[in-house]
Amino acid sequence: MANPTGATAGFQPTMPVAFTVNGQAANLTLDPRVTLLDALREHLHLTGSKKGCDHGQCGACTVMVNGRRILSCLNLAVMHEGAEITTIEGLGTPENLHPMQAAFVKHDGYQCGYCTPGQICSSVAMLEEIKAGIPSHVTADLTAPVQLTEAEIRERLSGNLCRCGAYSNIVEAVTEVAGRQG
Amino acid sequence: MKPFTYERASAPAEAAAAVARTPGAKFIAGGTNLLDLMKLQIETPTHLVDVNRLGLDKIESTPEGGLRIGALVRNTDLASDERVRRDYGVLSRALSAGATGQLRNQATTAGNLLQRTRCPYFYDTAQACNKRQPGSGCSALDGVSRQLAVIGSSEACIATHPSDMAVAMRVLDATVETVKADGSNRAIPMAEFHRLPGDTPQIDTVLQGDELITAVTLPKPAGGKQFYRKVRDRASYAFALVSVAAIIQRDGTGKVALGGVAHKPWRVEAAEAELSRGAKATAAAMLAGAKPTHDNAFKLPLVERTLAAVLADARA
Amino acid sequence: MKFDTPAGTNPIDQLKVVGRATDRIDGKYKTTGTAPYAYERHDVAPNQAYGFVLGAGIPKGRVRTMHLQAAKAAPGVLAIVTTLDMPRMERGKMNAAYLFGGSEVQHYHQAIAVVVAETFEQARDAAALIRVDYDTEPGKFDLAAEAPNAPPVPGDSEEGSGGPPEERIGDFEGAFASAPVKLDARYTTSDESHAAMEPHATIAAWQGDKLTLWTSNQMIAWGKGSIAKIFGLKPENVRLDSPYVGGGFGSKLFIRADAVLAALGAKAAGRPVKVTLTRPLIANNTTHRPATIQRIRIGATQDGRITAIAHESTSGNLPDGDPETAVSQTQLLYAGANRLTSLRLAHLDLPEGNAMRAPGEAPGMMALEVAMDEMAEKLGLDPIEFRIRNDTQVDPENHERRFSQRDLIGCLRLGAERFGWSKRQAPGQVRDGRWLVGMGVAAGFRNNLLMKSAARVRLNREGVVTVETDMTDIGTGTYTIIAQTAAEMMGVPLEKVVVRLGDSDLPASAGSGGQWGANNSTAGVYAACVKLREAVAQKLGINSADAAFADGQVRAGNRSLALADAARDGELVAEDAIEYGDLGKRYQQSTFAGHFVEVGVDAYTAEVRVRRMLAVCAAGRILNPKSARSQVIGAMTMAVGSALTEKLEVDKRRGFFVNHDLAGYEVPVHADIPHQEVIFLDETDPISSPMKAKGVGELGICGVGGAIGNAVYNATGVRVRDYPITLDKLLTKLPETA
Repeated sequence: MANPTGATAGFQPTMPVAFTVNGQAANLTLDPRVTLLDALREHLHLTGSKKGCDHGQCGACTVMVNGRRILSCLNLAVMHEGAEITTIEGLGTPENLHPMQAAFVKHDGYQCGYCTPGQICSSVAMLEEIKAGIPSHVTADLTAPVQLTEAEIRERLSGNLCRCGAYSNIVEAVTEVAGRQG
Repeated sequence: MKPFTYERASAPAEAAAAVARTPGAKFIAGGTNLLDLMKLQIETPTHLVDVNRLGLDKIESTPEGGLRIGALVRNTDLASDERVRRDYGVLSRALSAGATGQLRNQATTAGNLLQRTRCPYFYDTAQACNKRQPGSGCSALDGVSRQLAVIGSSEACIATHPSDMAVAMRVLDATVETVKADGSNRAIPMAEFHRLPGDTPQIDTVLQGDELITAVTLPKPAGGKQFYRKVRDRASYAFALVSVAAIIQRDGTGKVALGGVAHKPWRVEAAEAELSRGAKATAAAMLAGAKPTHDNAFKLPLVERTLAAVLADARA
Repeated sequence: MKFDTPAGTNPIDQLKVVGRATDRIDGKYKTTGTAPYAYERHDVAPNQAYGFVLGAGIPKGRVRTMHLQAAKAAPGVLAIVTTLDMPRMERGKMNAAYLFGGSEVQHYHQAIAVVVAETFEQARDAAALIRVDYDTEPGKFDLAAEAPNAPPVPGDSEEGSGGPPEERIGDFEGAFASAPVKLDARYTTSDESHAAMEPHATIAAWQGDKLTLWTSNQMIAWGKGSIAKIFGLKPENVRLDSPYVGGGFGSKLFIRADAVLAALGAKAAGRPVKVTLTRPLIANNTTHRPATIQRIRIGATQDGRITAIAHESTSGNLPDGDPETAVSQTQLLYAGANRLTSLRLAHLDLPEGNAMRAPGEAPGMMALEVAMDEMAEKLGLDPIEFRIRNDTQVDPENHERRFSQRDLIGCLRLGAERFGWSKRQAPGQVRDGRWLVGMGVAAGFRNNLLMKSAARVRLNREGVVTVETDMTDIGTGTYTIIAQTAAEMMGVPLEKVVVRLGDSDLPASAGSGGQWGANNSTAGVYAACVKLREAVAQKLGINSADAAFADGQVRAGNRSLALADAARDGELVAEDAIEYGDLGKRYQQSTFAGHFVEVGVDAYTAEVRVRRMLAVCAAGRILNPKSARSQVIGAMTMAVGSALTEKLEVDKRRGFFVNHDLAGYEVPVHADIPHQEVIFLDETDPISSPMKAKGVGELGICGVGGAIGNAVYNATGVRVRDYPITLDKLLTKLPETA
């Protein structure tokens, strides 16, 4: 059995976990209850990933783990030993924006900004999912290549709520980036 | 969230054994529902056995011409699998209709089957709920029940099962494979996997505490046109008010299961004989004995009309 | 600066920076996750502990006992403050519910304790160990049941709409009785939750008697005053800082439990404490938009002139709460000699109802604009033509009082042309595959409010202009329009302007609410910049009246001096406020829109999906068309939720909102919202302020729900008068399916 932690030895308050965040090693000793989101926000002070609901209902905490977008609020940090995690901070900086970040600025794809990092991480990963041929609820033909349409983008980003209602602009930003990628 | 200890298991039977020897232990895979419920102390495991590294993440062809889907295959990967898209369209469709891209990337095949109800009273620990706290009563019966069950429910519970995937698995006649701590295996037909609430609504499935799902198998492809029609208020990211999973053959015969209406994916095999007579007859046979509440009586005509939409598409 | 005569030509009219579509200056921070929201400010106070709020599990009654032993003994717990530890605390200004203290429970999930611990996980677990004994009292939770006995009350949304309990002009009953064409219909709207993406959150730190709150709040000056009142502090000992607000929509107009309990927790633990309200707590713990029951009667001549119009609304609230002022637009929107509006308020023991984006008008227009559609149909008139026939350029209750600007007709006509309104068919006639397709129109209407707003402007020797005001940017684009205003006034590029917002130590602004923020806060900046221009001119030795500020230079006659030179001996600082005379009384100042919607209704399942949306807005000068457009599409999106999915479900026995999270309370998602079009009419309103601007952030929600309802009717021939228009209300009225 790999890495048993004291089911017989009583509760251990903390346990070690190591992963990389935006290419940097993070070696943490955590209460197993700490979510990946809180490990990022409260322990690593990477507060770009947002807590909008803490229950997998809003998408504000979206990050990429080993290249896939997931909800960091519904993950225990200790489940990610060895993982490669990318957060909004790893995509670009205010001085050097990622193309998706720049497109959000250009198209005003945000208002209050709180859902924005999640929207951007989700958008970046979502375009890769389309490239990989992963079908969605609105994909007409399951056996044909997936088309990059506005309906596909809308469906695939529906896990990222924006109460300010920037959806129409977000889709324009994502469409522009997708077009540029060819 | 109560304090718990955590370990990573490396083999299925070992994982089952680890859960068996620790009172209050649970498996965790995707964790998308379990952690949600643990934060609210609706689930309070004392020990978590992480099964994500058991290697149960492959989709293999079976000698019978079907598929064996590893318990840890993520929903995204199952929906995207070429064989599933080609031969089991209803399954790919059901998976894509559920949750969101982020959740499907994480949620597993086994975990999807084991989702607990989304009844709002189950989720509110200040309210009575027999599923959460046996014997406390059912607040939903005379409370807000628009989303809840119309058939197969009891005086103790009118919860629905929230899964889309499970409805497709039911219409596909899937089988759930498990292993227990003693290494024994069993194969449970989907028809028997989920329970009706009766007077023990706290028990969702026939699984025993230390029983770990290792795979779900599908029989050889059923052919036909396959549909998963999910009806909900908003266009995405919502649980079904009603859903219809159907496999309709060229001659009009077929199989149908419903989501959003009962404590389990709802299928009445005998009713499928009515398919050639149309949606009204089929829906009536499937929902015979339904006991809707004031809030959710609309689900009865909605089932009929959704089925009509599916049958119209099948004819097209 | 006193603004008491209509604005003449001023430097803003150059429109070199103002009025141009401009990327937000805070965009690079928001898109990189580097804009700091309240709960994230690890740097502002050392050694922050975590507070977790426990909410009451009953809707009404008393907390008898709280068993704390287990929680106190739990690992990491530093302090527990319970509501039984103190008498009931003062409540915030403008609130009906008390936030903490004493044994009385007024509503479900009212805060009854905060547990402070070293970690979030420890605080959350310890809070769950508290056992509470209650004495439950019966309560009233059913608006429809209480409505018949609801007394008339005056209303004031604090956000610009309101009215006396009953207002009568002419003889409504007589005129209605004799009208040849009439409508008498009842409409209902649901309780709605703001559901801002950022949960309410505060970090609190005490230094002696001084309390600092890093929080998320729309109205810094109100908040400062409320905190001083609640804690009995001198206002100068209270500081709020709220540079980024993750959405408010009215939910963060007020001090809420997060701020009070962070402060109490910090006091008890003797160190800074941070508290966020958990998502499942927010719907019942905070405020919401109250449900309404509305009756509308319209009488008209055969040729479609309104002779009698009545709008009556009943809503519920806690005993000291206000009614939802759903009738106020009906006093102003359409002509008609005989008029009646009234508000009734039922006592309910549900959580406090209060302002949510366009309080009053948002639900009121959802009813009124459907009534207008119904009436147009009775008259055999196009609904746009019916509205045009009843347009008024004066306050219908006081004909001496003109609208400062009113181009509702222009909005409707241009919108009709752009939207292809002429293609609209009779109800139930258009089919696109499985979809029944229909178009709907509604007027949009929301008042423009004038509020004092102050700012300070600094010029340094690098020529950088820094604007300081306690104004908030809640997603409204305020950072950018304030920077644009200062850039225009001082003749510098946008990059040379720094904007500091949200700190109560800065001059008090109008704050963000009631769509008054943009016009008033920039007018305050304008006023401060006028003073700074005078100081610059004086320093440079030129006559300020002749000075032109452009390209970083100050020109007078043939002299041209660098603006930065004025600060060569030290920073120049100017502070002023915009204050208003009686222009708001002499003229009715409002904003107008034409809202157009196309929906598809699934012929089988009755699912409603919005296919196209257009808003044409007449709202004075648009300071930044890019962010103003976003405000409008955002409001349109929220209106889609109001019309189609959003409803806080009331458990009428157990007295609470059942669907109290973002899974159960369905706000629109990406897939619900099509491409949205917005057109701003090119206008300026010199009566509103030196900026000649008005608000748009709420105009965008007012009427859209009605347009959606009208489109559903046009698609199906089924009129639904109860929002949200969910499929169960349509299903059995649609044609049979095979």
